[in-house]
Amino acid sequence: MNDAAQSLTDVSFQMPSLHEVIKVLTLQAGYNSALVIGGTTMLGLAAGIVGTFTLLRKRALMSDALAHCSLPGLVLAFIFSFFLNLNEKNIYVLLLGASLSGIIGVYLIDQLVRHTRVKEDAAIGVVLSVFFGAGISLLSIVQSLNTGRAGGINHFIYGQTAAMNQHDAVLTLIVTLLTLVAAILLLKEFRLVCFDSEFATVQGWNVQRIDLIMMLLVIVTTMIGLQAVGIILIIALIVIPPTAARFWSEKFDRITIISGSFGALSCYFGATLSTLFPRMPAGSVIVLTAGLFFVISFLFAPERGVFATSMRFLHLRTRISIDHFLRSIFEQIELKFGAKEDSYELSKTEVNSAAPKQFFLRKLVFILLAKNKFLTKNNNDYILTVKGFKRAYELTRNHRLWEEYLTQYGDIATSHVDYSADMVEHVLSHEIVKQIEDSLRAKGKIPRALPQSLHPLRET
Amino acid sequence: MSSFWHEFVSLDLPPILTALFSSLSCALIGNYLVLRRQSLMGDAISHAVLPGIVLAFLISGTRSSFAVFIGASIAGICSALLIEVIRKIGQVETGASMGVVFSIFFALGVLLMEQAAANNIDLDADCLLHGQLETIFWLPPQNVFEILRLSTLSQLPNEVFVSVAVFVFISIFIILFYKELKLFSFDEALAKTLGFNPSVLYYVFISLTAFSVVAAFKAVGSILVIAMIICPATTARLFTDKLKTQILLSMFFTIIATIAGYVCGAFMPIWLGFENSINTAGMISVISGLLLLMSVFLAPRYGILAQKISRHRLQLQVIREDILGLIYRVEETKKGITKDEIVKTLRKFSSDYFIKNAYSSLLKNGLISERNDTVILTEAGNIGAVPLLRKHRLWETYLVNRVGLNPDHVHNTAEALEHYTDQELTEKLQERVKNPETDPHGKKIP
Repeated sequence: MNDAAQSLTDVSFQMPSLHEVIKVLTLQAGYNSALVIGGTTMLGLAAGIVGTFTLLRKRALMSDALAHCSLPGLVLAFIFSFFLNLNEKNIYVLLLGASLSGIIGVYLIDQLVRHTRVKEDAAIGVVLSVFFGAGISLLSIVQSLNTGRAGGINHFIYGQTAAMNQHDAVLTLIVTLLTLVAAILLLKEFRLVCFDSEFATVQGWNVQRIDLIMMLLVIVTTMIGLQAVGIILIIALIVIPPTAARFWSEKFDRITIISGSFGALSCYFGATLSTLFPRMPAGSVIVLTAGLFFVISFLFAPERGVFATSMRFLHLRTRISIDHFLRSIFEQIELKFGAKEDSYELSKTEVNSAAPKQFFLRKLVFILLAKNKFLTKNNNDYILTVKGFKRAYELTRNHRLWEEYLTQYGDIATSHVDYSADMVEHVLSHEIVKQIEDSLRAKGKIPRALPQSLHPLRET
Repeated sequence: MSSFWHEFVSLDLPPILTALFSSLSCALIGNYLVLRRQSLMGDAISHAVLPGIVLAFLISGTRSSFAVFIGASIAGICSALLIEVIRKIGQVETGASMGVVFSIFFALGVLLMEQAAANNIDLDADCLLHGQLETIFWLPPQNVFEILRLSTLSQLPNEVFVSVAVFVFISIFIILFYKELKLFSFDEALAKTLGFNPSVLYYVFISLTAFSVVAAFKAVGSILVIAMIICPATTARLFTDKLKTQILLSMFFTIIATIAGYVCGAFMPIWLGFENSINTAGMISVISGLLLLMSVFLAPRYGILAQKISRHRLQLQVIREDILGLIYRVEETKKGITKDEIVKTLRKFSSDYFIKNAYSSLLKNGLISERNDTVILTEAGNIGAVPLLRKHRLWETYLVNRVGLNPDHVHNTAEALEHYTDQELTEKLQERVKNPETDPHGKKIP
């Protein structure tokens, strides 16, 4: 291993004591760290809430555009205050410049999409890159002005959370309160527009005005966040928490609350970590904490997480395999002995040929068959229990009813109905079965206890 | 060689060449990304390469561009794959998926950079964002003929060779797979039914995107990469519907933007008497944006101006026809109509400006003439008005007899349809309503 990597591994720092950790977490580790942690936590809350609106309005990258577009305005404001001999770091002038050029950028994107054949993603990309490019060019002018303070603007690109002062914290508090009040007051309107804007229009809401309010909230939050965490990372705070929250629920109110909490928590823990350890820039740590929330949600959220979804899929797949197994066994029995309710002894080959081929699925099917007492093992042979027979009987009946129904009402040839019935039999509820029976009865095809199969059964 | 040219060849030509070929590679890829509505992929990838670069620095311990290239490519491809995985498996909207992935990667990069700074490895993040075109230079001999020798040319800065090589590589790829890429950009479903797997091509293509982004952004900065992926292709798309033309046009715009942008950034301020030049990568993206802005207004078919003009023409045409129809109807009842009455009647369809314009153009073309106060159709005007009235009344008949509308309700619909009915449709219409003598209001069909 060479030098650089070596020194990376033995960079040593003191592990903070528990006492220290608790002190920081409870905001008692000095005025500055309390300010930074409190301020960013509020920012995270606001960003999480407004992020929900942009995500559900399918404008997740609007904050991306907004943040990048703010650069030229920021630099122009800086140059402006330099020539007017204002304090170059006068935060209000800078924020005003940034907001103005951000708004112009978003307006241009909207106009491009509306009046030309440019699609939304390209419009965002064009405006974003051109504005940012202009900003960079202007920045190189600032650097040649020899103000010695151009670094102040760089903080807007990468953020400088640790430099948050009382003033910034109060500003953030105001924005957060504003967002909270707006979200609570306009919850119904926002929900309606986010999920079905056309319905909202039909209902007589002024969708444009509601969109505008949402957009204003996004703009204000982005601008406040710019100086705290920087251009790239404010995008993260607006995009990541709601995307993570989306895995936990389908309900607007809940998504908003979860997203706000994710945002606040990632800022709280991220800022704490950055206070406790050296060389941990708060902005990145916050985003990485948010990223952790995202990964956990993506994998383990009970509603739409990958784990839950694949479990549900596996469950369905197993159920279908069990159904197919039982029906195939039943048809063998029907061929040999007729459909008399009883328990039947089955040979190993019979059972094996009906079970699914995939190893894992096959194991699962046998376990569940045994657990449901459909199939018991007797030495080397298997026994289909009466309970198993009843279930198989019911399944076969549903399958054939559906086939009958398709030939009678769907005008489908008897040789073509098996596949469709295969798909549907697993999801036929009692009500639907009853309806099919009724409609067959109306056709004069009163279903016998078990209809004949419409196609020849194969013997294994 | 004069000192100006020598300075130009040593200080300006290498950055121009690098910028030009890097931009051309990005623009080529961009054509497909824009068509596939994935143009922000370049944005995402160019931010996501940061941790790869820093890790490559930390692990190799050198600033060698090869290590950086490998590190950045790996990070870029990983991010592109992750975006796709999250989008597909998590059922997340593309934009959100990109935002999540690239911001996490970028944050990781900034964190790693901070760690690297502790080890006295100075990595300037500004260079990554803004590009370091200004630092590429060459020290050629004074003599022009010596410059053109192979041995001298081979001493051109590395960046120039890399950008040219990448451009050639991407061009060959696109030429070889032109048909497949076209299919996969326009109709993925058709590609599937024709039996080739679009997802394989997709991953190859995305890797290629990451590759060209990485190759370009070290020299020109991430912001120019994004601009060059999106702007030229979008601009070209305003001019044409054909892919081949679009690609060629986008390359043309890239060349213009690069050269003009470089001149504006490097020379203009000095010509204007300032001491320092402006960041050229930023200027190139600004110029490419201006090119797009111009095209948005001036493009021949999809430009705003062209569409305004054609809409204006259409409206004028409609009003002209309306005036002819109006006079014809009035003359049917053996009455006369004045110009003011025409304007008054048609005011509900259009503005006075259009009506007066249409009126004077009819007058000029001899379709109508003024006799005392009343306006009458000339013979040519009559010939123009008859088919119009015919279409109108055929439509009314059709709407009443075939569609079953109330005769009181069909006038406005027929009024709108008459202007868009060609000869063929008129004949069809006539067949359907069985060639009647009069319309539902009892008026004669001419």
